[in-house]
Amino acid sequence: MAYEPPKQSLAGQIFDVVTLLVLTIGALYIPLYLGLAGAAKVPNPIANPTWESLGQNATEQQQWAALGITDPAAANDIITARFDYSFSWSSLIVMAVLVIGYFVMVVRLSDREYREVIEERFGTKRR
Amino acid sequence: MENVTSTAAGTDRLRLLRVLGPAHVWALGVGIVLVGEYMGWNFSVGKGGMIAGLMACWVAGLLYTCVAMIDSEVTSTVAAAGGQYAQAKHIVGPLMAFNVGLFLVMAYTMLEAANAITVGFLLDTVAGMQGQTGLNQQPFIVLAIMFLAWLNYRGVLATLTFNLVITAIAFIAIIALFMSVQLGASAVPLDFSAITSDPLPYGWVGIVASLHFGLWYYLGIEGTCQAAEEVRSPARSLPYGTMAGIMTLLIAATMTWYICSGLMPWEYLGQAGTPLFDAARVTGNTSLMVLLFVGTAFATLASANGCINDASRAWFSMSRDRYLPSWFGAVHPVYRTPYRAIVFLVPIALIFALGAPLDQVVTFSILSGLLGYTFMTFNMVMFRNKWPLDKIKRGYVHPFHPLPTIVLLILCSTAYFAVFLGYGTQLSAMMCFYIVASLWFHFRRYKFVRRGDQFTMPWPKPHGY
Repeated sequence: MAYEPPKQSLAGQIFDVVTLLVLTIGALYIPLYLGLAGAAKVPNPIANPTWESLGQNATEQQQWAALGITDPAAANDIITARFDYSFSWSSLIVMAVLVIGYFVMVVRLSDREYREVIEERFGTKRR
Repeated sequence: MENVTSTAAGTDRLRLLRVLGPAHVWALGVGIVLVGEYMGWNFSVGKGGMIAGLMACWVAGLLYTCVAMIDSEVTSTVAAAGGQYAQAKHIVGPLMAFNVGLFLVMAYTMLEAANAITVGFLLDTVAGMQGQTGLNQQPFIVLAIMFLAWLNYRGVLATLTFNLVITAIAFIAIIALFMSVQLGASAVPLDFSAITSDPLPYGWVGIVASLHFGLWYYLGIEGTCQAAEEVRSPARSLPYGTMAGIMTLLIAATMTWYICSGLMPWEYLGQAGTPLFDAARVTGNTSLMVLLFVGTAFATLASANGCINDASRAWFSMSRDRYLPSWFGAVHPVYRTPYRAIVFLVPIALIFALGAPLDQVVTFSILSGLLGYTFMTFNMVMFRNKWPLDKIKRGYVHPFHPLPTIVLLILCSTAYFAVFLGYGTQLSAMMCFYIVASLWFHFRRYKFVRRGDQFTMPWPKPHGY
């Protein structure tokens, strides 16, 4: 006999949508509010910068000028900023466990649901 | 033209119109993605340097070629609105489908928000060039999203025809810039000396890190199959439109890297908001500046337009299946569009466009896309195992299976590590979000889902069940 789902009330529908919305917005904004988000790109400005000391050749100086930056001091932060790619192996392992664990969980639970779908669609299932 | 059709349950309901051809599929795919050439890709140069940016361009191109090959085979067989969502429903199971639907909604809604932010930034830049500093970008962001949502509300054919035109103009603008510079229209010469003087500022790890934003060159090309239920001949149009799209983007991405890397110091390019427009500024040619301003504006609008189309189809499909409240699964009686889904997603896009930084929004979109590409790898293997080639007829069979799947999985794993380098917190937060959402679906929402209705394809019973 086909599974007959319960009818969901309007309040229940609204509750479900609000739950998803809170989860979605929280996933982006919580790291932002906690100051944990963003790339670690830090300027390392040099003292008394010149185009030469910043490693910019004559053509590159023309390009900076065309972009509206003629003073090397104004380009100092942009040119000297670098990412910090140092990381801890424990963080990497946690990330790997989260990603792999997530997919394993979803596929296993999906398969349980899928068997119900196939059973209803095609009749008795084979174990 | 279909007016009304009967469901298996015997009740009548409106269906989406089948009015789209291969050109519309191309426009939908390229239209969403071409903005990746106009902004965002250049952060890959910032993460790894000039050479790393080029390698990211090609490696990401390989990743998306695998995506397009795999997607074309499955979509040409599972031709239903929702694209990968419908694939997951038939091949893996309801919970996976729910997750894939969320990937699509999140990836496209965030991309839509990023586009709106760029529109505001572009107008602010141009206003600054005219001496008008401090332009309030927010009204333009709201206006862009509201206008495109209205266009989507009114009908898919008008929406994607609009996309076809503005995408073509944006693509021509890139070619025109490339040709003009090659013919000497630039006052400043191309300079690639950084390739020898500062080839890998971060070493080899920079090449891996740059793949993060390298994905932005092509992110969303898989959106072509969202319109499967509105395409006249899905088995022919979807593979043709998708593969033509990826070829278009590979050409455009390479030309974009070449022009921008030659006309701007890599340190500037790596943090620029509108790199192609900036490249036009460097040429000193007013006509090129105007053309690339128009191209940037059109590319962002076309992308946002396609994103609204795709995100709403995914939301609509999930609601129609009761994975979400069924109220959203309605089709407009006149325009035949999923109008409630379109309207509902507008404020969500606005929340992110008005309140979050561009790189966070972009990363959120990239991560959702990346999860979707990872799903495609085991989805493809399961599809071939459950229904071997001789069991059901495909509209398109991709060659060299399982090589594209293996390559895609390796590249996805590398891309996760690339995102981890600098954006690990977002990655962890997003994984927690999807884990909690999955548990919520399995233990609360799934009870409202009709089991038998989740398998609608006229296929034989899957092997192993």
